[in-house]
Amino acid sequence: MQAAHAHTGHGHDAHAPHYTGMMRWITTTNHKDIGTLYLVFALSMFFVGGLLALMLRAELFQPGLQFWSPEFFNQLTTMHGLIMVFGAIMPAFVGFANWQIPMMIGAPDMAFARMNNWSFWLLPPAATLLVASFFVPGGATAAGWTIYAPLSTQMGPGMDLAIFALHIMGASSIMGSINIVTTILNMRAPGMTMMKMPLFVWTWLITAYLLIAVMPVLAGAVTMLLTDRHFGTHFFNAAGGGDPVLFQHIFWFFGHPEVYIMILPGFGIVSQIVPTFSRKPLFGYSSMVYATASIAILSFIVWAHHMFTVGMPASAQLFFMYATMLIAIPTGVKVFNWIATMWRGSMTFETPMLFACGFIFVFSMGGFTGLVLAITPVDIQLQDTYYVVAHFHYVLVAGSLFAIFGGTYYWLPKWIGRMYDETLGKWHFWLSMIFFNVTFFPMHFTGLAGLPRRVPDYNLQFADFNMISTIGAFGFGIAQLIFVYVLVKAIRGAGEKVGERVWDGAHGLEWTLPSPPPHHTFETPPVVK
Amino acid sequence: MISNGLRPLAAMAGWFASGAALANQYNLQEPQSIIAREIYDLHTLIMWIILGIFIVVFGAMTWSIVKHRKSVGHKAEQFHENTLVEVVWTIIPFFILIGMAYPATRTVIAMKDTSNPDITIKATGYQWKWSYDYLQEGISFYSALATPREQIEGKAPKGEHYLVEVDNPVVVPVGKKVRIITTANDVIHSWWVPALGIKQDAIPGFVRDTWFKADRPGTYRGQCAELCGKDHGFMPIVVEAVAPEQYAAWVAGQKKQMAAAAVDPAKQWTLDELKAHGAKIYAGNCVACHQQTGMGVPKVFPALSGSKIVNGPKDAQLQLVLNGKPGTAMAPFKHLSDADVAAVVTYTRNNWANKVGDMVAPAEVKALRK
Repeated sequence: MQAAHAHTGHGHDAHAPHYTGMMRWITTTNHKDIGTLYLVFALSMFFVGGLLALMLRAELFQPGLQFWSPEFFNQLTTMHGLIMVFGAIMPAFVGFANWQIPMMIGAPDMAFARMNNWSFWLLPPAATLLVASFFVPGGATAAGWTIYAPLSTQMGPGMDLAIFALHIMGASSIMGSINIVTTILNMRAPGMTMMKMPLFVWTWLITAYLLIAVMPVLAGAVTMLLTDRHFGTHFFNAAGGGDPVLFQHIFWFFGHPEVYIMILPGFGIVSQIVPTFSRKPLFGYSSMVYATASIAILSFIVWAHHMFTVGMPASAQLFFMYATMLIAIPTGVKVFNWIATMWRGSMTFETPMLFACGFIFVFSMGGFTGLVLAITPVDIQLQDTYYVVAHFHYVLVAGSLFAIFGGTYYWLPKWIGRMYDETLGKWHFWLSMIFFNVTFFPMHFTGLAGLPRRVPDYNLQFADFNMISTIGAFGFGIAQLIFVYVLVKAIRGAGEKVGERVWDGAHGLEWTLPSPPPHHTFETPPVVK
Repeated sequence: MISNGLRPLAAMAGWFASGAALANQYNLQEPQSIIAREIYDLHTLIMWIILGIFIVVFGAMTWSIVKHRKSVGHKAEQFHENTLVEVVWTIIPFFILIGMAYPATRTVIAMKDTSNPDITIKATGYQWKWSYDYLQEGISFYSALATPREQIEGKAPKGEHYLVEVDNPVVVPVGKKVRIITTANDVIHSWWVPALGIKQDAIPGFVRDTWFKADRPGTYRGQCAELCGKDHGFMPIVVEAVAPEQYAAWVAGQKKQMAAAAVDPAKQWTLDELKAHGAKIYAGNCVACHQQTGMGVPKVFPALSGSKIVNGPKDAQLQLVLNGKPGTAMAPFKHLSDADVAAVVTYTRNNWANKVGDMVAPAEVKALRK
């Protein structure tokens, strides 16, 4: 088993980081350090993306144009999306993967520790390119995060910077995923069969395969866009024999699995938290594994539900409608399993459990609106309206982001050896939950009533709900400052020290390690019965 | 249509929903065509199903949260895995989905049937307005946002139809099948009128079609539904459904108007006439980017006043106007007539700080089009 002596992190060569200060973070090949780097990066990008959201919501506070020109407004919506997706949500989940997977499977580190460092350090330059695109002539790309051609072929150099950034981030994701797959398949402790792995590890294994499959497709799409823009190709230009809709097919073939990439690790986190705080095992472990795998496989055959209005034949619309509706089934199975896990348990509601239960409740609402959108005739009314904006913010914010918050509160005491401020954590949860719904629930109504998305101004009938959404957005933004305060306070050592099993219902190899764990753990693999 | 058994339920739901609609603030707009009605009913059906599932599932979850907590002394049972339960809660949702898919399938097929239309209208999306060509009647016109700039800038109170009013609406006869063909001049737009249940992407270089039949006379407003650049939110659609006699009268009126406005290709224009006409063309096509002052937006849209190209050889400027500049927001304007292009180019060359002093004849534009 693991050597149990506590570590201070310096003095004992084989266990300490090789450098101190900045060089430690630049050269680290340690999965815990790299996990921390990803999480800090993600948190910073979350605030950048959040600032952009507040800027655009400020414009939408009232009808009329008050703050920004329409072209800058489109830059705000585009970059809010790109930064949140590629800079906040995805790196946050990779941060969890890095911290947790080796500890959960009893491995000393990731399979390719040096490539792991490179995977992270590609991200800050990519983020710099993306943010810098605001400052080049023409500003940032304003074609929506979906950057459809031919609008994106019209954009200025900001589009090229974004393409370059996407390539770099894609490379980072692909390398990270190769690392994750190899680590999980090859470095599990003896006795840990695949069907004994924690569900978080399963969800990341499956997510990593999705990433490897689809990030190259995005790379293809944006490269074709780049060559159409600068090198005389006509992939998306009818005058040259191409087709704008081709871009949409390629983009969404990436884009749909991408949204599952952004939620499956969240499912994994919730599947770790709920059993712990119910003091009861996960109800249907194998069903959860099969459901996750089904969702991943189905995610490849539904992409054109983002394109129901392009003019595809009825047979295609029907196929994609049926396939999309099917995904509701494994997703429902997961929700039922979580509730069955809670059922007749002995629950307590510390902050991680609040976020996990909040997730189940509000993510499912997003799932319901996804089902509404799956029905082609209804989607034809709702596509490109605020109903879609409501749907994806329910699944991405109340889904992915809440899972990330939950996971942070859950594992932070393990990582730093001290408890966070539980009262403030609860405040963070409730304010986030309330303001999230104030912001996004009215968008269902405005979308149904006919408000298109990506517009800086609107008819008076939409004014009240837009005002409410803006107020909610600012409230939600301010609530996130509580989260930062909780983190800083805890990391600075304000909370009480915690032991190995931070939460009394927690099970798994990471809870057998000291809190905080030594720099290197499981150098000798544990034996799993 | 919704099956007989569900119709009373759907009707009740519809009444309830419309009662709570408060001028359509909470639900889809009042349907004004068969397809819009079918979509509305489908949505109502799905909402009821979702509501039912929500109550059952989250009722159970809430019960558990209240009853199965440590603070009330509940002790955790340790059961897990039950294949029968897993099978049951996989199969039941499957059947619910089939229940939704069946009526949805019929509506999908109905929406695609554009055969045997009574009239056909081609809607072309531009950055940032629409044009309509009535293919049988032979009339065409542009339709642009009519809301005054002062309202958008907050200098005047906003009207009831703020941002959803146009100068030239699409007039159609009620009760007749209207086929809409969509295409675009530059980027992808989308033609959407919610009350008629119709949305179709307008894709440059391609044609798509869809159809509607308006049940009742009325004015139905929609907006562009695909991000198309800066004024995506400022290119609405207005459809006026009128009695067939009124429609015929309107068509006749349009034809007369077009004949009167048609410019004699052999007309000899004076410089002043070109400039005056050009000012109008500029206001309708160029001002969004190049601005009233001709100064553009620094680093984004080039200034025309003082521009080397505008003050340079005529042909180079004409080529740019006709063919656009690929890789930028400058779209081609070859859809404008020879006279319109000649006029607007003449206007730019003789306005603001530009005093080139020459003029462009429509024939010169025609020659360049080859």
